[in-house]
Amino acid sequence: MRLGFFRGAGTMIVFAALFTACPQTRAQFFGGPSTIGADSIPQSELIQPEELNRLLNTQGGEKPVVLQVGSLLMFREAHIPGAEFAGAGSQAVGLQQLQKRVAPLAHDTFIVLYCGCCPWGRCPNVGPAFKLLHGFGFTHVKVLYLANNFGADWVDKGFAVERHS
Amino acid sequence: MTRTGKWRFVLCGLLVGICFASRLPEAFAGDSLVNRKAPEFVRKDLSGARLDLKSLRGKIVLLNFWATWCGPCQLEMPVFAKWQQQYGPQGLQVVGISMDDAPAPVRRLVSKLKPNYPVAMGDATLGERYGVLGLPLTYLIDKDGVVRAVFQGDVEVNSIERELKRMLGHG
Repeated sequence: MRLGFFRGAGTMIVFAALFTACPQTRAQFFGGPSTIGADSIPQSELIQPEELNRLLNTQGGEKPVVLQVGSLLMFREAHIPGAEFAGAGSQAVGLQQLQKRVAPLAHDTFIVLYCGCCPWGRCPNVGPAFKLLHGFGFTHVKVLYLANNFGADWVDKGFAVERHS
Repeated sequence: MTRTGKWRFVLCGLLVGICFASRLPEAFAGDSLVNRKAPEFVRKDLSGARLDLKSLRGKIVLLNFWATWCGPCQLEMPVFAKWQQQYGPQGLQVVGISMDDAPAPVRRLVSKLKPNYPVAMGDATLGERYGVLGLPLTYLIDKDGVVRAVFQGDVEVNSIERELKRMLGHG
């Protein structure tokens, strides 16, 4: 009887620990926004700021469709020249906006997603946006790696920005 | 070159300059604000009360830019509320500016957390003035309205508190 009690309690503790450790499960359970971390994006799918800047400034090369999937307010403050705001990836309504934006694109279109709202490991937006495009079968999607934020890792590096579009 | 030609040349140069200026990179505005007057603003906080930065002269202002979707921001808020309680009588005033795109989630979170300091909505203009291109972002403004320190990103709150205590005359 006592052994059964400990087994039951142990199982519950293990489940509780797993539940607490997995934010995605927690979010699904509580119906909150998705919290797929930026860290879940494979390294091979990242693009560094220097590389994107080079691509955007190389004449004649393949230009990616650059989509900001973070804050509209910060997008209005400053964004990568030619980029479009495509909805916050952490919100259902934002993902719908992204889905609508990419619907007419061929699945091999070169797309670069970025956010830069928060330090990389804390960004709630790029993970869900990347997962959505990957799930829809887009084969050439890169995510801009902004270690700290857009200000520190793009603007402060001297790369061009546009404002108020 | 004739006189008219020179003027045309100068005007063309100015136009080209203006076009390029909108695309020029700029350094993080927050760093350049240190030891300069904090950009002034007047807003209504979420309770509808007037929030005028100028009216806070004589106090040390901890100006925190945050958002509901910013994880580290939400870890800082209870700490700032604690400091408001602890250091408020010594002259600290915490002010929160949300950089959310809409006020609804901010109202929900504020009604849940009930911070003991005013919270107002920000906008792109205020964001530009304070160089808000990443969160969290916290400024310490002295009693004369001069920015004395800026903390950007996932920083240790201890480092903010050390500077705050120094400004309050603790060390």
